[in-house]
Amino acid sequence: MNHHPRSSAPLVLGIESSCDETGVGIVRGTRLLANTVSSSMEEHVRFGGVIPEIASRAHLDAFVPTLREALAAAEVRLDDIDAIAVTSGPGLAGALMVGVCAAKALAVATGKPLYAINHLVAHVGVGLLEPGAGGPVDGGPAAGSGNALPENLGALLVSGGHTEILRIRSITDDVELLGSTIDDAAGEAYDKVARLLGLGYPGGPAIDKLARTGNAKAIRFPRGLTQPKYMGTAEEPGPHRYDWSFSGLKTAVARCVEQFEARGEAVPVADIAAAFQEAVVDVITSKAVLACRESGITELLLGGGVAANSRLRQLTEQRCTAAGIRLTVPPLSLCTDNGAMVAALGAQLVMSGTAPSGLGFAPDSSMPVTSVSA
Amino acid sequence: MLILAIDTSAVASAALVSDDSLESVVGSFATADTRSHAEVLAPGIEQLLAGAGLSGADVDVIVTGVGPGPFTGLRSGIVTARSLAFVWQKPLYGLMSLDAIALEVAESTEAAADFIVATDARRKEVYWARYALAGSQLPQLLDGPHVGFAADLPDLPVYGAGAGLYPDVVNAVPEFAARQPEALSLGQFALARLAAGEQLLDTTPLYLRESDAQVPGPRKRAL
Ligand SMILES: [Zn+2]
Repeated sequence: MNHHPRSSAPLVLGIESSCDETGVGIVRGTRLLANTVSSSMEEHVRFGGVIPEIASRAHLDAFVPTLREALAAAEVRLDDIDAIAVTSGPGLAGALMVGVCAAKALAVATGKPLYAINHLVAHVGVGLLEPGAGGPVDGGPAAGSGNALPENLGALLVSGGHTEILRIRSITDDVELLGSTIDDAAGEAYDKVARLLGLGYPGGPAIDKLARTGNAKAIRFPRGLTQPKYMGTAEEPGPHRYDWSFSGLKTAVARCVEQFEARGEAVPVADIAAAFQEAVVDVITSKAVLACRESGITELLLGGGVAANSRLRQLTEQRCTAAGIRLTVPPLSLCTDNGAMVAALGAQLVMSGTAPSGLGFAPDSSMPVTSVSA
Repeated sequence: MLILAIDTSAVASAALVSDDSLESVVGSFATADTRSHAEVLAPGIEQLLAGAGLSGADVDVIVTGVGPGPFTGLRSGIVTARSLAFVWQKPLYGLMSLDAIALEVAESTEAAADFIVATDARRKEVYWARYALAGSQLPQLLDGPHVGFAADLPDLPVYGAGAGLYPDVVNAVPEFAARQPEALSLGQFALARLAAGEQLLDTTPLYLRESDAQVPGPRKRAL
C-alpha cells in the first residue's frame, strides 16, 4: 500500500453532499473546529420526501456560502488546510456529484491532497472526535485512548437514507457490513407512514411526538425478516439474520388505516403511530444487539438522523445495557449528515498514512463500506 | 487577459484563452462522451494549467457555460468554476452554452444570417436558441434558450448535435451535426464580448425544466 507522510494533528476540511444537507466541517486531528450545514429540507416538505433534483440544485447554490462560513467559524484559511475530504458515496448520484466536483476544484486550486470518503464510515468517524471539543459528550469510544478506537466497536446507523449495523476493526481500512435494510431505510418508512397518517414531513419527529400519546400495544405490526427462515441460528445464520425490511410494515399500516376507514370508524392515529414506532424500534434494536452479541461487539455507536428519536435511544440503551454493551450517542448535530464527520474520517486517514485518492475518482452512489476511501 | 473557460452542458471541456495568443488559444481539452464530467474535469484543468506553465494566480477571469444542458453534468462545471473563483478570488461569469456553437457558426465559411443552434435535451427534445449574424459582428441571440421538440423549431438552418439527432424533421447543417458546446469557443466568445465592453451572465444555471417532483396526490389504496 502506498503511504503518505503522517501528521499528528492534521487540519482537514470535510465536504458532505450525499443527501439533502450541504455540509462543510473542519477538524484538527480529533478536535472539531467547525461544522456548518445548510439543509434543503424545507424545500422537500411539500413532496413528503427528499427529491434528488431539488437537493442537487440546493447543493450547487449552498456550497460556496457554506464553505465560507465554515472557514470563518474555524478561523482558518484554505492555505492552512493539510487535506480535503469529501463524501464520494453512498448517496444520491446527482447530489454526490456536486460535492465531489467542488472538492476536486478546491484540491486543484489549493494543491492540497484529496480523500474520497465513505459516508457510512464517516458516521462512525464522529465518534473519534474529542469530548468537550464538540465530540461525543459522555466520553465516547475514543475516551482515554488518544485517537485509537476501542476494540470490538460496532456502529448502528439509522437515517432517512440508511439503516446499517457495522463492525469496525480499523476505521481506516477494516469495516464490515453485518446487516442493513433490504428495502426502505427506517427514516424513509417514518416519512411514508407519516404521510399515510397525514402528519407531514419529516415523519420521524412527528411520529415520535404523537406516539407518546398513543398505546403502542393497541395494534401489533409485523417485524420484517424475523421469521426463522430468515434468521436461522447463530451457528447457521439465515440469509437475513441481521438485515431489516420496512416495506411490509408500511403496507401493514396502510391496510390498518383503510380497515378503520372501511368500517366508518375514526382512525386512532396516535395508537397507530405508537405501534408503528414500536415495531420499527423493536426490530432495529433487537437485531442490532443480536449482531453485536454474536460478533463480540462491546461498544456501540449510534449514528444517523433517526438517533434523535426518543424511543430508539431509550430502547437501544436498555437493550445494550442488558447485553453488557456500552452505547455512545454523539450530539445530534453530529448524528445527522454533516461535513465534520467527513473531516474526522479524513483526519484519521491522514494520520494513518493512507495515500490520498487523487483527482480521478468518480462518485459511487452504492459505495460499499469495505471501501473506507476510494 | 487570460480566461479559464469551462463548459459541461454536454461534454466536459475546459480551455485557457488569452488575447496575447495566436487565435487566442493557450490550451484546451474536451471529452468525447457526456458522462464522465466528475472524473475528467478537475484533472483536465490541472493539466491544462501545468501544460501552459501557468497557475491560478495567472488567471484573470473564470467563465462557465450555464447551459442549458442535462442537469447533473451542467452542475459539475458550474460548481467547479464557482469553487476555483472562490479560492483564487477571481471574477466569475456565465455564458449561455449554445453561444459556443453560435460563434463557430459565425466563423464558418457558409454561415446563414439567421440560424438555430440545438443540442440534445434527452427525452426526445432539444435545447435551442436562434441567432442572427450581421457583417463581422459577434452572433446576436434573438430568441431562447428554449427546450422543446425538434419538429417545432422555426424553419431555419439548425446547427449542433441536437440537429444531427433529428435530421428528418429539421434542416440540419451536416458539418455541425455532431457539434457540442465546448469551452474553447465559449472562452473565445467571452474574450470578444469582454473586449467589446459587453456584459456577461452570472453563473445561475439555465435548467429550463422544473425538477420533475410531484406533490403527492391522495393516498393510494393498499388493499
Ligand atoms: Zn448519513
